Amino acid sequence: MAAPMLRGRCLGRCWALACIDSGSRHGRGAATGFTSSGKRGQSFVAQQPLLTAQKSRKGEHKWAAVVGLEIHAQIASNSKLFSGSQVHFAAPPNSLVSFFDASLPGTLPVLNRRCVEAAVMTGLALNCHINKKSLFDRKHYFYADLPAGYQITQQRLPIAVNGSLAYSVCVGKKWRQVITKTVRIKQIQLEQDSGKSLHDELRSQTLIDLNRAGVGLLEVVLEPDMSCGEEAATAVRELQLILQALGTSQANMAEGQLRVDANISVHHPGEPLGVRTEVKNLNSARFLARAIDYEIQRQINELENGCEILNETRSFDYKLGFMPEPNLPPLLLYDTASLPAGADPQQVINIDRIREQLPELPSETREKLIQQYGILPEHSFALLNEVGLLEFFQNVIKETRAEPKKVTSWVLNIFLGFLKQRNLAVNESPVTPSVLAELLNLLDRKVISSAAAKQVFEELWRSKGKTPSQIVSERKLELMQDEEALERVCHAVMEGHPQVVMDMKRGNPRAINKLIGLVRKVTHNRADPTVIKEILEKQLSS
Amino acid sequence: MWARAVLLGHRSWMGWHRGFTSKTDPQGSGRVTAEVIEHLERLALVDFGSQEAVARLEKAIAFADRLRAVDTEGVEPMESVLEDRCLYLRSDNVVEGNCVEELLQNAHRVVEEYFVAPPGNISLPKQDEQQPFSHN
Repeated sequence: MAAPMLRGRCLGRCWALACIDSGSRHGRGAATGFTSSGKRGQSFVAQQPLLTAQKSRKGEHKWAAVVGLEIHAQIASNSKLFSGSQVHFAAPPNSLVSFFDASLPGTLPVLNRRCVEAAVMTGLALNCHINKKSLFDRKHYFYADLPAGYQITQQRLPIAVNGSLAYSVCVGKKWRQVITKTVRIKQIQLEQDSGKSLHDELRSQTLIDLNRAGVGLLEVVLEPDMSCGEEAATAVRELQLILQALGTSQANMAEGQLRVDANISVHHPGEPLGVRTEVKNLNSARFLARAIDYEIQRQINELENGCEILNETRSFDYKLGFMPEPNLPPLLLYDTASLPAGADPQQVINIDRIREQLPELPSETREKLIQQYGILPEHSFALLNEVGLLEFFQNVIKETRAEPKKVTSWVLNIFLGFLKQRNLAVNESPVTPSVLAELLNLLDRKVISSAAAKQVFEELWRSKGKTPSQIVSERKLELMQDEEALERVCHAVMEGHPQVVMDMKRGNPRAINKLIGLVRKVTHNRADPTVIKEILEKQLSS
Repeated sequence: MWARAVLLGHRSWMGWHRGFTSKTDPQGSGRVTAEVIEHLERLALVDFGSQEAVARLEKAIAFADRLRAVDTEGVEPMESVLEDRCLYLRSDNVVEGNCVEELLQNAHRVVEEYFVAPPGNISLPKQDEQQPFSHN
């Protein structure tokens, strides 16, 4: 299995199953220091040069780390959470802003039905209890990109609580063993996004674009059940896949549609939890694991040097800025049993209906792949981990008679390898599923050998428009079909190299390989090595 | 000025104060510590620079504490006068926006089509660093 496709999966050297040794060097190649762009002007993690851990003379005490996450996902909707202005990634500044978004006096919030449905879908997919009654609150703080001076959120009674997210971690040698871990979900709440600030240091001013202000967010709070950066990154990746499968969020971290804040503390196993620090606004999947591990190591080093962990966010933890949102009544949801008779369908949301219409989740898809095609679990992960790869795989399977295991191997090793080398996405591939299917058919019918197939694939990648059959005939790669001719060649080679034949008779296993090589040369590689071997052995024994 | 300050800080202060006094001072004698003042100042962005202001604050809190004389055992708090109303759900259509010129008219300063704000949040200096308030 080629290494490149394991992006986003736990790579086995995870410390999930063991405590972190105080003496061990942090092996993840940690970042050399980073700025968490502190929200609201707070800096949460001191920038420190990377410290190499002390030798274990400081004591053999093991450390355990505890990581919790707060994930903000932008809801995929046409309009914003409480107003009818458009949700769109790139647009001229302040062009997607309504009077309400700009917080002009006299405007009121009006809840977007699609956002509520998205929250319910996500809650159901994550095994949450959906609160039939949930409330909106105002969270007050002063910042230029929050024109109202408060954010409408659901602190007291959110729409969904007490769920779980399962993710898989690969451990052991060669990452063969797959273990399922679960992280509890504390709650899911609907809230508004803020606008964007562009800091102009030179002129000592901040430029504000409110296009993003008021966009609907789902905040998913994960309990501190994770113990290292890799686990956190894997959980986030699985959540991303779920949100994308549901269609509730595109969850693209690079475009800011998925943002993660991590709460991290360390302690000795058996002792109470340590002081938490917060690492905010992580917006790259790759960076997430490293940043978390770096913070874990930083805390360990600080504590081992006798220092205390400072939590600068604590002053904001007092939840003093909250009050109920006076302009919004409680949000009531129904199920089939409690649905009021004669209600306007536009004005009520039925949880049971939404549950029935849930699309297939990634875990189900993987299970089906394993059942249907007999592929290994880690392959099912790999197929889902790349955008468009699963569809590509399924299209190839449709058009080929080759065995699924063969198709899997070709798609995950050779095809994906070519993509990664050239940094291409699946939809940018010059080789289409039909073309690959045709090639695999030739291979399956033993028209060409495996080695020849790889050559053809390379050619297909380079020169578009040619079919596999064309390339095979152009380069004369067909396997020799004439068995008798092959037998004659084998006989001739054996006669021409009596010494090697003697070696073979004496039982030297490498001798036969030499003969096979000679036959292949004579036939210009157009004979299947296994068939050659059979013929040689048969001729030898006769 | 102090009256408005008390009003601003008061509502959010109440919830926290209730917890605070129950932990440290069950009698509710109303003594307000320096730590608490600093907190209030951060939240409400108001300067309680003088002893008189602090004393007035303590009196105001004592006044409000008289609410506790009402027995609310078993009574559900009312969150909103709208609590029996129906929450209207809007269809997910784009019907607003695209009015950047109108919006920018309200702004004192603009740069291209951005609003302009002062740089970041200016954090308050700590208690001992603060200049004494010149009370007249």
